[in-house]
Amino acid sequence: MKHLGEFRDAHITRRLLSDIGQLATRPWSIMEVCGGQTHSLIHHGLDRLLPPTIEMIHGPGCPVCVTPTSYIDQAIAIAMRPEVILCSFGDMLRVPGSQESLLAAKARGGDVRVVYSPLDAVRLAETCPEREIVFLAIGFETTAPANAMAVKLAHHRGLGNFSMLVSQVLVPPAIEAILRDPASRVDAFLAAGHVASVMGTGDYPELATRYGVPIVVTGFEPVDLLEGIRRTVVMLEEGRYGVENAYSRAVTDDGNPVAKATIHEVFQVCDQEWRGLGWIPHSGWELAPAYAGHDASLRYPFHAGTEPASDPDIVPCRSGEVLRGLLKPCDCPLFGKECTPQSPLGATMVSSEGACAAYFHAGR
Amino acid sequence: MATPDANTSQGLSCPSPQAGHASSRVMMGHGGGGLLSQQLIREVFGEAFGMQAGELAVDAAVVPTLRGPLAFTTDAFVVQPLFFPGGSIGDLAVNGTVNDLAVAGAEPRFLAASFVIEEGLPRADLARIAEAMGAAAREAGVRIVAGDTKVVERGHGDGVYITTSGIGEVLPGTRLSPAHVAPGDAVILSGTIADHGMAIMRVRQDLGFEADISSDTAPLHGLVRAMLTACHDIRLMRDPTRGGLASCLAEMAESSRRGIAIESEAVPIAPAVAAACEMLGLDPWLVANEGKLVAIVPAEAAQAVLAAMQTHPRGRDAVVIGRVVEDHPGRVAVRTAIGGRRIVPMPVGELLPRIC
Repeated sequence: MKHLGEFRDAHITRRLLSDIGQLATRPWSIMEVCGGQTHSLIHHGLDRLLPPTIEMIHGPGCPVCVTPTSYIDQAIAIAMRPEVILCSFGDMLRVPGSQESLLAAKARGGDVRVVYSPLDAVRLAETCPEREIVFLAIGFETTAPANAMAVKLAHHRGLGNFSMLVSQVLVPPAIEAILRDPASRVDAFLAAGHVASVMGTGDYPELATRYGVPIVVTGFEPVDLLEGIRRTVVMLEEGRYGVENAYSRAVTDDGNPVAKATIHEVFQVCDQEWRGLGWIPHSGWELAPAYAGHDASLRYPFHAGTEPASDPDIVPCRSGEVLRGLLKPCDCPLFGKECTPQSPLGATMVSSEGACAAYFHAGR
Repeated sequence: MATPDANTSQGLSCPSPQAGHASSRVMMGHGGGGLLSQQLIREVFGEAFGMQAGELAVDAAVVPTLRGPLAFTTDAFVVQPLFFPGGSIGDLAVNGTVNDLAVAGAEPRFLAASFVIEEGLPRADLARIAEAMGAAAREAGVRIVAGDTKVVERGHGDGVYITTSGIGEVLPGTRLSPAHVAPGDAVILSGTIADHGMAIMRVRQDLGFEADISSDTAPLHGLVRAMLTACHDIRLMRDPTRGGLASCLAEMAESSRRGIAIESEAVPIAPAVAAACEMLGLDPWLVANEGKLVAIVPAEAAQAVLAAMQTHPRGRDAVVIGRVVEDHPGRVAVRTAIGGRRIVPMPVGELLPRIC
């Protein structure tokens, strides 16, 4: 494949690995924030090729993994309403709620459909005016522009039967939460390239200065990842901190101004619950008042169940420690035994971007 | 009490479609077992399958005595849409069963086909499907000798579901078994992967991506015959349909209790298919194929088998993708393009595209 092959080149990869091996004079722990990067590291076997001095810690950047249990429960309650067609990205469907997943709700008769784009859901709202179309708007800053666009479009076209259940999360506050955690072992961060392609390098310089850490904006292919790692190691070894951009073919300092303007028109910052990490202030987006008419959480008020024993956030899954880099998936006593992709106990075992599923699928 | 005359009787009965009137859609009456059923079977299936009137009227086909051990299989076919680039559910229904027989080392001889048709299916669609089945059967040298049709109410089916069962004669001297797989054996793949699944995705998901991707649906018994002629001692064959190459290899490793090591670079994928998979976040190793096979052959015969495959139209792109190894028994390991290594697990369930 043109334009991808070069970034999977075995020769360049070997040279970068050798450079990293020579540069690192002591052990360093580097967190790749994004689940796509975790998936790529494991899929290409990069984690096994890195020198023993470099430990990769898998961060909370898988949108499926950090979506709270109560959100899934709410989505299921909405999906079971006869007038509703619930549209979702595919990998949300297997995530366990407190009682069941959306796939199970679908089997019980809920009209749950997989879409590739929120605009597909808007189109459905147009072609099925007699039904209520609810789209599960989840994800990081990467999915936000398209989700915002869909709401704008539905609003503009007067589609009163289109709404969104929003669980948008933001990367910088999550990085900050990890940096403030006294148990954190992270020396440096690979920031997610796709997020930065939308938002630019934004909040990172301030974070890097305040906490004295190197942050390198990094892409997803083997050569991208190794170049990001190499740059963090150079900074760590020189005792420098700050922000560097190792993904300049996609990321500019300012990001995508049109996408950002759309996001800021449609969404406003809110406190957000993260599965495994709890509530983080100012770490999410909700629909702004002008678009509240399309907010499914207002249209279908939901009162969470009161059965904490069945909440996988509490027992027995330890994905919170995995997401904070305190526990390797394969060191969890449940990994590969009680907890597998067939019967996941936590969301990190569901998505192929989740650290636990990535480890399981790669036979780690 | 007056005996009802013919007119009264007709007036009381449920108005049924006239047998002589050829409706453009399949109706409940076509599954009732009466005149309409007979007519549908005769007009749609009889001609397409090359069956005589006498053959259509019997409850079971009587076939000539077959030689040696027999292979016997059945498969149900469910696909949306019914027609897709490169074929239709009709092609799949014949080729799928032919291929299940072929990879068991058998020459397919007879098929039976059952249809569950949803009320309202255009007859023209059913006729196209039947014609595709007839053509596929002729290409595979197999006869469809028995069948059945049922009609279910509209909304209770997906157009049509087809089940085919097949009988084949195991080629003499063949001894395919997972127990014969041994370290050092070569793993051969007959061609590019993921074509069928991505052809379906292209037309099903309303993705609006344009690409030259067609299903690879095709019968493989001719290729298998050529392979077994080149080497009687082929250890094991499978066709990587649902679950793709990954689950096919995982099953072969598991059933033989041997390790399989694959070079990811060696696995051929058409550029358009690779690009579509990349775009949708799908792993081509998990995507379905309908005209490919994986064979484990003794190392010393690998070149001869490969040469035989490459001269056959269904095996032009055949290639050795890996070896059976002493390590990791029961598991498949893949060496990535950049020299990394990972284990290939059995896929979990349906393919669910990733978010970003």
